[in-house]
Amino acid sequence: MDIKEKLAILADAAKYDASCASSGSKRPGEKGRLGNTQGTGICHSYTPDGRCISLLKILLTNFCIFDCSYCINRISSDVKRAKFSVDDVVWLTIEFYKRNYIEGLFLSSGVIRSPDHTMEEMIAIAKKLRTEHKFGGYIHLKAVAGASEELVQKAGLWADRLSANIELPKQTDLDQLAPAKTHVQIETAMSSIQEKIVENRADKKTMKKVPLYAPGGQSTQMIVGATPSSDLDILATSSRLYDDYGLKRVYYSAFSPIPKGDPRLPLKQAPLVREHRLYQADWLLRFYGFSYQELLDPASPQLDLQLDPKTSWAVNHRAFFPVDVNKAPREHLLRIPGFGVRTVDKIIKTRTQRSLTLADLSKLKVSIDKARYFITTADHNSSVTLLDDEHLRARLKKTKIIQPTLFELMGVSDGGG
Amino acid sequence: MKGVRTVSFENGFKGWRNAARVLLAHKIEPSDLEWQERGKGHSSALLWGNEEIDWPAMAGSSPQLVLNVSRRWLEMAEAVSYHRNPEKWQLLYNLIWRLTYENPKLMDLSIDDQVQAFLSMEHGVRRDAHKAKAFVRFRKIESEEGDIYCAWHEPENPLLRYVAPFFKDRFSVMKWTILTPDESVHWDLKSLHWGPGCAQGQGPQNDSLEELWGCYYKSIFNPARVKIKAMKAEMPRKYWHTMPETRLIEELIFESDQRVEAMIRAAPPSAEAYLPESEDLVSLKTALPGCRACELCAKATQGVFGMGHPNAKLMLVGEQPGEVEDQTGLPFQGPAGQILDEALAEASIDRDTIYLTNAVKAYKHRIEGKRRIHEKPSPREVGTCKAWLKSELKAVRPEVVVCLGLTAALAVLGQSVRLMDVKNKVLEVGDNWKVIVTHHPAHILRIQDPDEKDLAREELETALKLARSLAGMTRNIT
Ligand code: SF4
Ligand code: SF4
Repeated sequence: MDIKEKLAILADAAKYDASCASSGSKRPGEKGRLGNTQGTGICHSYTPDGRCISLLKILLTNFCIFDCSYCINRISSDVKRAKFSVDDVVWLTIEFYKRNYIEGLFLSSGVIRSPDHTMEEMIAIAKKLRTEHKFGGYIHLKAVAGASEELVQKAGLWADRLSANIELPKQTDLDQLAPAKTHVQIETAMSSIQEKIVENRADKKTMKKVPLYAPGGQSTQMIVGATPSSDLDILATSSRLYDDYGLKRVYYSAFSPIPKGDPRLPLKQAPLVREHRLYQADWLLRFYGFSYQELLDPASPQLDLQLDPKTSWAVNHRAFFPVDVNKAPREHLLRIPGFGVRTVDKIIKTRTQRSLTLADLSKLKVSIDKARYFITTADHNSSVTLLDDEHLRARLKKTKIIQPTLFELMGVSDGGG
Repeated sequence: MKGVRTVSFENGFKGWRNAARVLLAHKIEPSDLEWQERGKGHSSALLWGNEEIDWPAMAGSSPQLVLNVSRRWLEMAEAVSYHRNPEKWQLLYNLIWRLTYENPKLMDLSIDDQVQAFLSMEHGVRRDAHKAKAFVRFRKIESEEGDIYCAWHEPENPLLRYVAPFFKDRFSVMKWTILTPDESVHWDLKSLHWGPGCAQGQGPQNDSLEELWGCYYKSIFNPARVKIKAMKAEMPRKYWHTMPETRLIEELIFESDQRVEAMIRAAPPSAEAYLPESEDLVSLKTALPGCRACELCAKATQGVFGMGHPNAKLMLVGEQPGEVEDQTGLPFQGPAGQILDEALAEASIDRDTIYLTNAVKAYKHRIEGKRRIHEKPSPREVGTCKAWLKSELKAVRPEVVVCLGLTAALAVLGQSVRLMDVKNKVLEVGDNWKVIVTHHPAHILRIQDPDEKDLAREELETALKLARSLAGMTRNIT
């Protein structure tokens, strides 16, 4: 099989992984070294699915001894199989990098022989890139489920980012679809990575020459819509993972109709809107001071598909409003629908010099259509009288709100998603 | 009134900075100046015949001036200076004037028109620069003095000098050239060399790697989620002509519906669709003959359902029915069943107290002459049939499951395992049941070497004994 055929199979098999970010790692260019990483990632291209290409995202092999029902590479699926050699991957990475197609490599794999064997081969690739080819670009390695702690920790010596996929929101989901995997096992991998990262960052503070260890941190991915687990379950899990393992990101991947998928799974893909809402809610947890319990509760465990989660929260907590744009503290401003973090920071600076009017706010690119019911400004804002209107929800739904695209939300700074 | 005078300078941002510093110190108001970078286009409202201001001569007599702008502001201003709009110099002077003499916190006032103009130009240049870093596509030229990587790129703004340090840092170990309409730059492993701009079509026309790159682009695209607007928002059309992969876009969009349909059609069967509404053992058994999720049942005499105690603490799973089971419709009846019975007896387990079934419910075989020869079910067939086994597991809820052979292990564990790795081990699957993997009795039958055969037999017995005690079953006294 020539390398092009292998690439077609092993890139195709990797496309269900949502993450492609090349961010969070700073490795300045050095004499004799090919490549650097800059902290913020770069998206080198975009495919018609709207996703960015930042890294060469491939599997080492799509042979697998496991039978996870949501996965195209499971043993019972009869897709074409291929396997790269260590040198294939190294060569492709270097050649693509030299033409400025990519920021680096994102290597994942099906499990061949054993998790440890697979992990070892992945580490060999990263090591060869770093040592023989003096490669300074980005490397993201996936921790193979079930690989020994020692190997997973070793991977961080060569990789910028490590990730262990949590796969599904709840253990019961795994029992059903991937009986060979457990959250305990996956989270053990996460915590051992976390341990090493913390240790490394502490060493860096006290010692001079400390080798980089996974400078881009760790992330994970959860498949959405393959099981009936609710958004509440999903966000509860994310929230816990952020708290416990200091993850940089949780990626949500709407379950796609995967070729040769398990018919037990819904063939129609879980709506992309849901995926989008989860990302918005995730943002609220990390940057807007919301807790997941504020957004969802057992009585209404699903995110509103028609309203973004912040607007939805506002409609249900009208007593919190109106907020005075010229006086309210930052935490309160962040809760106003249509107000982004950057806008809020601009408002706070501006208002030390001048009181803001509605017109000023539209200059700052606030989505006024959404925000106007919830705020008071220096001038008269008539919309705020509608705050307690019973049709407020309907009004908000109707406003043609220019939603930021997922990519705007994720920002260039993340090097894609 | 002196009237408007022209400030003439060169050398881009540096030149502007030098001039601005002098003029600012002399308190020359922004409205009295017209900025003109030598060799560059004229700013829109240039009044010809303006007197030129000789600012270099004024430099010696500059009054003391403490520039009140931050490093960050200067960085942003430098970005603005790469904007294609020649009004930028005027704007920069306006702002630095106001920052110095009117409001040192002016930049906090994001709603100010000039501040907004500044921010938006800065943003535009930064984005354009970011896209240059992303979308430059090198093509390799092989030459005797080593390979050169050459790119043609068309940024919106003349910002090659702004981004060149990035490429130098990243690709310091290779020789490269970037051509743009405004300027070109070459890195020879030691320093940057600047040259004139050039028209498109000057660089190399191809690179064999582009075929692989296109193959990657095509394969990584997920046709199930077409979002063309999102793609175009981040990769505007104006950049496409220098990016080889964009030639594939039309084809990919055109084919996407077909590819998704094909994906859905290709989804393999599962017995899930044939399960009865209520998944108790009796309903399941009644529904089994209707299953056509794969063709095995149709080719066999009948599908063979499990049998035994409906609340057994111990469940045994085999591979598939054999010749005799296929005829009788009951599991473990033939020669293999006999071996199993002996082992059960040895382990003091009464067959009536346990539940027996197979991973695949039909006898898979090929026909040779008049004989039917056993064939191992494929992982795919195991996956298809697994729904029945899962329902049986759910209905019986055993404490311990013994997998007789690796096919059973694949179905129960969702993982292909090697016997030597799991032999004599108690495996946990979620917190449902404990799993033990051992030999299939039919496998024992086929072993020729008598010592090995005895050993395998013993191992089967040991596994059953272990299972019995794990399941908390009392010894069966016969
Ligand atoms: S282990 Fe990974 S590659 Fe293998 S089937 Fe499960 S999810 Fe797919
Ligand atoms: S072997 Fe299993 S899946 Fe195939 S038809 Fe029979 S019961 Fe259905």
